[in-house]
Amino acid sequence: MPSPSTPSKMFQKSLVTPVAAMAVLAGLGYVIDVTANQYVQLIFLYICVNTILALSLNLVNGFTGQFSIGHAGFMAVGAYVSAWLSMHAHPMLLSGQLEFLNYILYAAAGGTFAALAGWFVGLPSLRLRGDYLAIVTLGFGEIIRVILLNTEAVGGARGMFGIPSPGDFMTKFLLATFWVMITFLTLWRLVHSVHGRAFLSVREDEIAAQAMGIDTTKVKVRAFVISSFFAGVAGSIFAHAAQYLNPSTFTFTKSVDAIIMVVLGGLGSLTGSVFAAIIVTILPEFVLRPLQEYTGVDLRMVIYSLALILFMIARPAGIFGTRELPDLFKRKAQ
Amino acid sequence: MGADLQEFVQHVINGISLGSIYALIALGYTMVYGILQLINFAHSEVYMVGAFASYYAARFFDTKPGFATLVILLFISMTVCSILGVLIERLAYRPLRKAPKLNILITAIGVSLFLQYSAQIVFGADPKVFPTVLEDSTLVKWGEVELRSFDVAILGVGLVFMVGLHYLIHHTKIGKAMRAVSSNSTAASLMGIDINRIISTTFIIGSSLAGVGSVLVGMKYPKIDPLMGMLIGLKAFVAAVLGGIGNIYGAVLGGILMGLSEEMVVGYLSSTYRDAFAFGILILILFFRPAGLLGKASQEKV
Repeated sequence: MPSPSTPSKMFQKSLVTPVAAMAVLAGLGYVIDVTANQYVQLIFLYICVNTILALSLNLVNGFTGQFSIGHAGFMAVGAYVSAWLSMHAHPMLLSGQLEFLNYILYAAAGGTFAALAGWFVGLPSLRLRGDYLAIVTLGFGEIIRVILLNTEAVGGARGMFGIPSPGDFMTKFLLATFWVMITFLTLWRLVHSVHGRAFLSVREDEIAAQAMGIDTTKVKVRAFVISSFFAGVAGSIFAHAAQYLNPSTFTFTKSVDAIIMVVLGGLGSLTGSVFAAIIVTILPEFVLRPLQEYTGVDLRMVIYSLALILFMIARPAGIFGTRELPDLFKRKAQ
Repeated sequence: MGADLQEFVQHVINGISLGSIYALIALGYTMVYGILQLINFAHSEVYMVGAFASYYAARFFDTKPGFATLVILLFISMTVCSILGVLIERLAYRPLRKAPKLNILITAIGVSLFLQYSAQIVFGADPKVFPTVLEDSTLVKWGEVELRSFDVAILGVGLVFMVGLHYLIHHTKIGKAMRAVSSNSTAASLMGIDINRIISTTFIIGSSLAGVGSVLVGMKYPKIDPLMGMLIGLKAFVAAVLGGIGNIYGAVLGGILMGLSEEMVVGYLSSTYRDAFAFGILILILFFRPAGLLGKASQEKV
């Protein structure tokens, strides 16, 4: 196709897909709103949360080739900060019909704090080889949980009750899909930009990247901070969908869920992450729960961990590899 | 001797005793890292399985507290741990020897989780009380300072194994081969060293040291559960990094320092954040001396 001539036309063209996708998602939301019960509606919100989580983790683990295993910690930071804000800062902001717009602000604030945490954790560990990040993020995830457990201002071990809701399901869903779109678009444009090339070069060969004049530490920290921001946003959406937070939600298991999604979908494939996030969210509800009732033991994590090992040995690229969904159609057209 | 000083000496004794346990586990991390450049996440689960193995062995043989029990449990735990360690290496890590580092790391996490959650199903998630290994008695009393049988046993056993490891690494043929593989595995294999055998040996030694650590921990803190490995594994890893990962003397030094500082934090500051403390140390080392206290900073070669 001929490329558009002026920047403004290019900008207009770049808006077509997201607007169309948003419209489709809104339609889907309406259908769920009318037909499904609250339980299923909540699952759809969790799909959005997990999609954002998986996409953001993919930036670090997939595109930049680092290994973070404490993503739940950043999610927790975002969740608690934005929940606290929505409980305490609410009267100062918009009210009435536009009230729901505040929640975008809370999510952004939660994300910002998570990004700060990411910067604090990432700066020392990303100067070194990739595996240090793993252990530091593991530690960070645990520490955040201990701090939350011991902070009375956010409910400690009892958890945080009475988090306000943005409105009915449709409002929540639109807010969630709005952030899914923002995350997806930001990351998509990012990894296809010159910055994205830098991420990929660090993944492929750090020494060669350095030789090409890339400040690898800076690039890695940048990827990590952006990733933490969106993990915080996911936490915020989770907080306002569930309207209740407990430190035990954000354990290592949650981080592993995110890793499973990224590995399953393909390290370095955004559409793969979306696909895997949907599967991994739905699977426990419709397959693993009946299995658990049948066998009497919770096999979820055993299955997940086994899947992780087997995928690494048999098909380390995951389902999508580094390909994206549109690539499949491109191949057919040839 | 003043009461303050006595309290301090007591903390030092407790700290060194805790530290030698960290050191034993840290040795496993550091040895595997030295040879494969891999953080063996499953190491903390090997330790956990060791604790359960000796727990069930003690119940099965209905052991009486005493020195013989300690030796028997150490033997059983070490055997089970080394078998498990070798199995993990054979089944999960060896197929990926030539794969990217990230894939092996993900596999290591997978193995660790698999063992954790399988253990919850097999052993049950509830904590179990470890049987008495040694009679709890005060051997030396000096004012307020007590030297208990546990601490003496931990120090004694720890010392025996650390000296044994030193001998093995520096005065035997297999130790020489291990050092050769660690310094350059390609060159070592050209010299006729069977790399796979050395790697298996490393896993056997590292895992059996974790087994020793698990019995000692069970003796001093007699409560075991399937998730017990995670936190102590994290601390032992920090100890290994603190001393300089890949360096076995560094692991011992780091372990003792970690034990001492944790005991001091609990004794003089607050016990709430005792676990957060290890993390703080890790961040500080990574900032100021990433190669660790005894490690040499090395430039990556192209």
